[in-house]
Amino acid sequence: MRYMILLQGTNPPTPPPAELMEAIMKLGEEATKAGALLDTAGLMPSAAGARVSLYGGKVSITDGPFTEAKELISYALYDVRNKEEAIEWAARFIKLHRDLWEGWAGEARVLQVYGQ
Amino acid sequence: MESARLIASLARVTGDVGEAEELAQDALVAALEQWPIDGVPDNPAAWLTATAKHKAVDRYRRQARYQEKLAEVGRAIGEADEPDWAAEIDDYVGDDLLRLIFTACHPVLSTEARVALTLRLVGGLTTDEIARAYLVPEATLAQRIVRAKRILAERRVAIELPPPPEAAARLASVLEVIYLIFNEGYSATAGDDWTRPALCHEALRLGRVLAGLAPQEPEVHGLVALMEFQASRMRARVGPDGEPILLGDQDRRLWDRLLIRGGMEARDRTKGTYGPYVLQAEIAACHVADDTDWDRVATLYKVLSYVAPSPIVELNRAVAVGHAYGPAKGLEIIDALVVTGALANYALLPAVRGDLLERLGRVDEARVEFAHAAGLTRNTRERDLFAKRAETRGESPLRGMA
Repeated sequence: MRYMILLQGTNPPTPPPAELMEAIMKLGEEATKAGALLDTAGLMPSAAGARVSLYGGKVSITDGPFTEAKELISYALYDVRNKEEAIEWAARFIKLHRDLWEGWAGEARVLQVYGQ
Repeated sequence: MESARLIASLARVTGDVGEAEELAQDALVAALEQWPIDGVPDNPAAWLTATAKHKAVDRYRRQARYQEKLAEVGRAIGEADEPDWAAEIDDYVGDDLLRLIFTACHPVLSTEARVALTLRLVGGLTTDEIARAYLVPEATLAQRIVRAKRILAERRVAIELPPPPEAAARLASVLEVIYLIFNEGYSATAGDDWTRPALCHEALRLGRVLAGLAPQEPEVHGLVALMEFQASRMRARVGPDGEPILLGDQDRRLWDRLLIRGGMEARDRTKGTYGPYVLQAEIAACHVADDTDWDRVATLYKVLSYVAPSPIVELNRAVAVGHAYGPAKGLEIIDALVVTGALANYALLPAVRGDLLERLGRVDEARVEFAHAAGLTRNTRERDLFAKRAETRGESPLRGMA
């Protein structure tokens, strides 16, 4: 079964600590070697992006930033046996933020992908 | 994978996979009792391993071999009161798991036993799950596993990485087991389902784990690439009613791009080598393109027939040659194969012959072949597919193996 894990959050004003980035890479390496992680990448802040929306029958395009929603920070696509496994990977990922970046707050959404 | 790592590290200590498995079970039971009360520890793997190792010590205390084993286990645990479990686990885990995989795939065991033991110990599947996947009664499967562990203990199979002279052959045995599991999922030999995706996923996972543990082996990457390419077509292989859809008729938009990309990346790690799995991955990569280059496929099969000759390779070569150079040429190869008597009970042999005959306009002979094929297969979906071709004038020929 495939799960998409989307990280949303508020970064503290300090830059992300090197230890955190190293730990995240190590976790990714471990997940890949376990045959679970298919794809992952960081997402640039919404200021670099855009929104194409359809409301009231009207299509509109707006440049970022989008301040009304929490920033999406990264995505990861996992191939696991069940939801519990996906949650476990997400939990380990979040705990790295707890342990290595003081003041960080946010959430990792675990969403099942159709079809697998 | 946690249970596999736990069993693997315990096997290193106990030297017996059966015992390792029991200790792992005991530790898991303890976890289920204590964690709801004390909370889940930050490093669950370390907790489980420590608990299991202490249970091992307890167990040995109750046995006559106390002195001997205590020395061994004590050495593994270390003299200090609070050893750094996390560090110790990190150090050994890669090797331990690899050792476990090699042990489960040991050639002293029958192929069936290797498959069952690998899925159980390394894949962590329950006996029931494995039994259902292979359509055997759970009791039969359980016995198979018990017997396998007993054989390993009786023959005193050491839980170690194979020494260099044996390494290549032993690795081939591991790859064979993984690919057997994959194939059972890709094109099931019996039952009412054409495919069993769970088995494919398990094999893919095992392959990827092996690639992480033995990254220097091109054949491992070749196998992973092969499985990724084939798995990418799983959704397109089965119709809405569960009927098989062959390669030429598949909706290519349903092919999984992520798996194809994974296959290409794995294939990149095999450049310059020509082992059997690498070659098969190259062949599989040909089918990913918009139009299969059948000439290239036929050539690759020719090379494969030198590197790893087998009747199945010859059969597949016949299909490729039939597409690249015309059905008559393909038929020559099939007829030569039939004469050898190999694959006498293999449904795909008459099926391929039937397809080639049909394309040559020899329709009545073709129907006889398809009827024969329908009678040989134990998979009801496959049987229906062949039976249909035996009755009517088939419209779309068997455009390659799916």
